[in-house]
Amino acid sequence: MKRTGAQIVCESLLKEGVDTVFGLLGGAILPLYQTLPEYPKLRHILVRHEQAAAHAADGYARATGKVGVCWATSGPGATNLVTGLANAQMDSVPMVAITGQVPRKAIGKDAFQETDVTGVTLPVTKHNYLVLDPNDLASTIKEAFHIARTGRPGPVLIDIPKDIQQEEVDFKYPESVELPGYNSHLPSQSTQIKKASKLIAEAERPVIIAGHGVIISRAYGELKEFAETAQIPVITTLLGISGFPENHLLSVGMPGMHGMAYANMAIDESDLLIGIGMRFDDRVEDFAPKAKIIHIDIDPAEIDKTVRTTVPLVGDVKRVLAQLNRQLEPQSRVAWINRIDELKHDHPSHVIKESQALLPQHICREIWEVTKGDAIIVTGVGQHQMWAAQHFNYIKPGSFITSGGLGTMGFEVPAALGAKVGKPKETVWSICGDGGFQMTLQELATIVEHNIGVKFAIFNNGFHGMVRQWQEFFYEKDYVETRFFYPDFVKLAGAYNMAGFLVTKKEEVRPILEEAQSIQGPVLIDFVVESEENVYPMIPAGTSVNEMLEAPPEKRLIDSKDAST
Amino acid sequence: MITNTGSRGHKHTITAQVLDRPGVLNRIASMFRRRGFNIASLAVGRSETPNQSRMTFVVDTDQDEIVEQVTKQLRKVIEVVKVTDLSKEDIVARELALIKLKVSSATTRSEIVQIVELYRAKIVDVSADSVIVEVTGDEHKIESFLTLLNGFTVSEVMRTGSVAVPRGRKAPLKPSGQKSK
Repeated sequence: MKRTGAQIVCESLLKEGVDTVFGLLGGAILPLYQTLPEYPKLRHILVRHEQAAAHAADGYARATGKVGVCWATSGPGATNLVTGLANAQMDSVPMVAITGQVPRKAIGKDAFQETDVTGVTLPVTKHNYLVLDPNDLASTIKEAFHIARTGRPGPVLIDIPKDIQQEEVDFKYPESVELPGYNSHLPSQSTQIKKASKLIAEAERPVIIAGHGVIISRAYGELKEFAETAQIPVITTLLGISGFPENHLLSVGMPGMHGMAYANMAIDESDLLIGIGMRFDDRVEDFAPKAKIIHIDIDPAEIDKTVRTTVPLVGDVKRVLAQLNRQLEPQSRVAWINRIDELKHDHPSHVIKESQALLPQHICREIWEVTKGDAIIVTGVGQHQMWAAQHFNYIKPGSFITSGGLGTMGFEVPAALGAKVGKPKETVWSICGDGGFQMTLQELATIVEHNIGVKFAIFNNGFHGMVRQWQEFFYEKDYVETRFFYPDFVKLAGAYNMAGFLVTKKEEVRPILEEAQSIQGPVLIDFVVESEENVYPMIPAGTSVNEMLEAPPEKRLIDSKDAST
Repeated sequence: MITNTGSRGHKHTITAQVLDRPGVLNRIASMFRRRGFNIASLAVGRSETPNQSRMTFVVDTDQDEIVEQVTKQLRKVIEVVKVTDLSKEDIVARELALIKLKVSSATTRSEIVQIVELYRAKIVDVSADSVIVEVTGDEHKIESFLTLLNGFTVSEVMRTGSVAVPRGRKAPLKPSGQKSK
């Protein structure tokens, strides 16, 4: 049957199970837009800026596990997607982005709104295509979805010239893809599984570090069984948070620069690290000096990239863990578990200081109590992100969505929008910094227009807080350009015709949160928090766990006096 | 003694079979640049399989981990079908160089002809004031050939970069061009 390129795109998306597209129109993608009314099953959400389309598709994908889809026009529309693509690439999020391109005959001539989009997005996508023959369109879309969702997921971009969207060709959606070499290099695991089981049985102080891979492959049950059978404490990376219930006896919280002191100490003391669906990063030096390393990851290139692995296990986390579980004998590690409990007791990083001030940590705790933990928490990057990671007790699988690898300010607004669209029955809280919020706040219009019931908690300290904290610690409080003007956020909510609340006192937190919860539509709460509150613990960049700052200076001073006497 | 495996000093030879799709060279070159891998040479051409090319990379590094990362990152490029690390293989590697030399007198020309014969090279173009020499061999042969030409006026050097194929399992003959120097 004959179809235009635009119709082929829509029908192919439906074949791939897509129900929602986030996008913004323009000349080079107009044929696609004009075809949309023929496909009422494709819900289109018109954003106000293309970056938001990409982040919303990202949030949607993380919340649902499906491939998120966004599109934009050529030139500036496409370049505006770049941050969102880079964010999805760093955090391995399955996404397909479609961009309109100038007609084929104009390509390469510096036409109006022409950008070499495949060139620009090459390093920030898992793969990308420029379609030059309408007969290739269907197979390209099929391939793009396959690549986006299989192996280590990631964003795939398809650039489609306007004339291809208009041209009529025969359409038949392919049944399969032909990609020789793709994902083919996965070695056999049985001997490696045996080696790993032996290392685990011999270890005295093993620690699991569970990452995003656990959530991506939905391996919650397998991880729990693994940890419980082998009695191994579980640390979850920033992106691994909510992959293992934090109320579990074996849960040891988050590691890293602002991780729990006890989690970092456990890593430091461990004799075996089991990295599961995570990558070893650059944020901490002299990492786990005494430990052998088992590394489970679907991407062979992550093995031995930053640390030397004793036993690599390449494959899907869910499958590898299931294989390991079949080999494991139940084990007991009373001494080590007791040691971890002792570390938790002596270094209670999650304790919030007694204060009448409005502390962001306290708000996180209150949101947890009000929602009873039954909510998806979305954050951008910075202090608010760390507090949300530290002080909300994540029990529900996949309930934490954050910009991890790229650290994108402004992610929190459109990603929460996308998560709520993907999971309309879930409560979605977007925890925002006042800096990041101002980067994407134009999407309040989208949210109100579609009545997307996201709850925004702005931790308003009038600073780019995390940078200010670095200036305080490392530049003697020389606050260069970190303090800035911000609007009256409650009035802003009013301007967008959504509910807005101002909270300045600790005792107001609970009742306002409860009221926000009871409102069906979107809500914004401006929490004017303690402006120079810091995130603890902190391991300064490029140093080791020994340099960790566990608490504010007063306490550190006393400690150092004790040490000197 | 010179070994003829794919790694020589800091040079490691890797080959990749890739789908002939637009932009594939750009994609691979971009990956090398982005990850900070140092390519000493790169040669591309059609392979025995239709719609597939073969590339030979010579990577300049003293760390085995880098070679490992290069092969792994290459495999992640969607169009890459197969990657072979020849660093530890017994290989035949060749590159071709075209060298244009200024010739001021008949004496110079005959001196050049002598060197050309010694190296089994070829003179492929002669004019009143220049010759073009074609030489094939592994990188070392080309390098030493160029060194010998130092005494002449070289106006242009064009080198293809190395292409490599692993040897058969039991190569019975010591092939020509591998005499110890």
